Amino acid sequence: MEALTSRSKQVERKPMTWLERIYLWNILKGMMITFKHIFKKKATISYPEEKRPFSSVFRGLQVLNRDEEGRERCTACGLCAVACPAEAITMEAAERKPGEEHLYREEKYAAVYEINMLRCIFCGYCEEACPKDAIYLSETFAPANYQRKGFIYGKDELLIPNPLTHPEEYAKARGEHEPRTQA
Amino acid sequence: MFLLSEFWAFTIEKLVLIGGIISVSLLIAMYSTYAERKVAAVMQDRRGPNRAGPFGILQPLADGLKLFFKEEIIPNTSSRFLFILGPCLAMLTAMMTCAVVPWGNHVELFGRSIDLQVADINIGILFVFGVVSMGVYGIMIGGWASNNKFSLLAALRGASQVISYELPMGISLIALLMLTGTLSMRSIVEQQIQGGIWNVVYQPLGFLIFLICAFAECNRTPFDLPEAENELNFGYHQEYSSMKLGFYLFAEYINMFISSVIMATLFFGGYDMPFVNEANLSPNIAALVGAAALMAKAGFFIFLFMWVRWTIPRFRYDQLMNLGWKSLLPLSLLNMLITGAVVLLKQNNWRF
Repeated sequence: MEALTSRSKQVERKPMTWLERIYLWNILKGMMITFKHIFKKKATISYPEEKRPFSSVFRGLQVLNRDEEGRERCTACGLCAVACPAEAITMEAAERKPGEEHLYREEKYAAVYEINMLRCIFCGYCEEACPKDAIYLSETFAPANYQRKGFIYGKDELLIPNPLTHPEEYAKARGEHEPRTQA
Repeated sequence: MFLLSEFWAFTIEKLVLIGGIISVSLLIAMYSTYAERKVAAVMQDRRGPNRAGPFGILQPLADGLKLFFKEEIIPNTSSRFLFILGPCLAMLTAMMTCAVVPWGNHVELFGRSIDLQVADINIGILFVFGVVSMGVYGIMIGGWASNNKFSLLAALRGASQVISYELPMGISLIALLMLTGTLSMRSIVEQQIQGGIWNVVYQPLGFLIFLICAFAECNRTPFDLPEAENELNFGYHQEYSSMKLGFYLFAEYINMFISSVIMATLFFGGYDMPFVNEANLSPNIAALVGAAALMAKAGFFIFLFMWVRWTIPRFRYDQLMNLGWKSLLPLSLLNMLITGAVVLLKQNNWRF
């Protein structure tokens, strides 16, 4: 019968030679191969001393952003909460008092801002929906916790450190990659 | 310093020796679990346990503690006495064989010459064989008491494998015994030391058959069908948890260690260090050197066990039985015939 393609290869069905039948020679060849693997380079990475590099668009833990003067950008408009498919974001707005202009950019700010990490699916819709570039997804993972309530992150855990008062922590929290939002 | 009567001196000496040998073999079995994981890892391009203690040295302790802390499950419908007896028998027969192995030359302490061997009986090898045959009981009782038809089938496979591979082992031993003329393990080692040539040179085929049968006796890949995870639901120790499972696994490693030591003793000169003339050293140092040589040889064999495990796939049950009965048994009979013929010829001054 004709072969269907021109790339087909006929399977060799030769009877086993004596050396193959006693199987010991093949065992020895196999053992040589495994022995050589002892001296090859290992593929393991010793986490947490070494970490694999992430791409620049990796979607990790959320971070609430500040501008260069250290004022919070979030205005509690609620677009991220509406965009979130898992309904993980909740917030309560408050009005800016006259003495607090260096803390918040606009007159409305989020007094309480909570993200429930157990619901969050790290899709990044909140980042795309925000009109003020106030929230973006960073490179860190959410660390493990023994209780469920430890996973509800409030504003103090999510807010990026102030670049004016804590510049090193701000730089560390920004990560190695250029932020996808404007600073 | 009060003078101990001969009886008490003997008893204390033997008790200390027994305690020492048991703890040494338990320690070596414990660290061969660690070595297994490390050797498996480096052969598979990864690193193995290196977090528990420096280089993962405390890993076996962590494993043992984990097994102690697990929940003891005894199935309701099984026979409780037999369920607990199974692993105990496996452990018992594994540990009893280390009583007749010569671990070193004699040591001179307190004016007495102490042999580093618990019991130098004149049927040494036969005792080892008898005890190893009793190891079948451990497997069978474990499979039966689980009240689980798959465990029972796996235990039957395991038992039949062990008894089918004892035959070629025994026959290749007979060929060796034709050369040495004695069953006592210490005499076999002494003959190899005095003759200067190890028995593996006289009996290469016998050694090969013995090695393959030792793999089968320890239920070790490629013959690990009774205890494989994906064969017959994990085999005869499926229903076991916590330390009873620990005993089964541990008994396998102790068996492995004892098989390596026996192979080293019978075929590779036991406590003989190859290029060192031991008569020049003081007796204690010579005994230490000899014991270290034996441990090195046993260590090489243990590494060989692990090396083969990660190289070949396991045999199917009918391939296993074919190998035991149709290949190894005729081969060992042939070996015995040839050895017998050569021994007779040599006695007859090479004339027919």
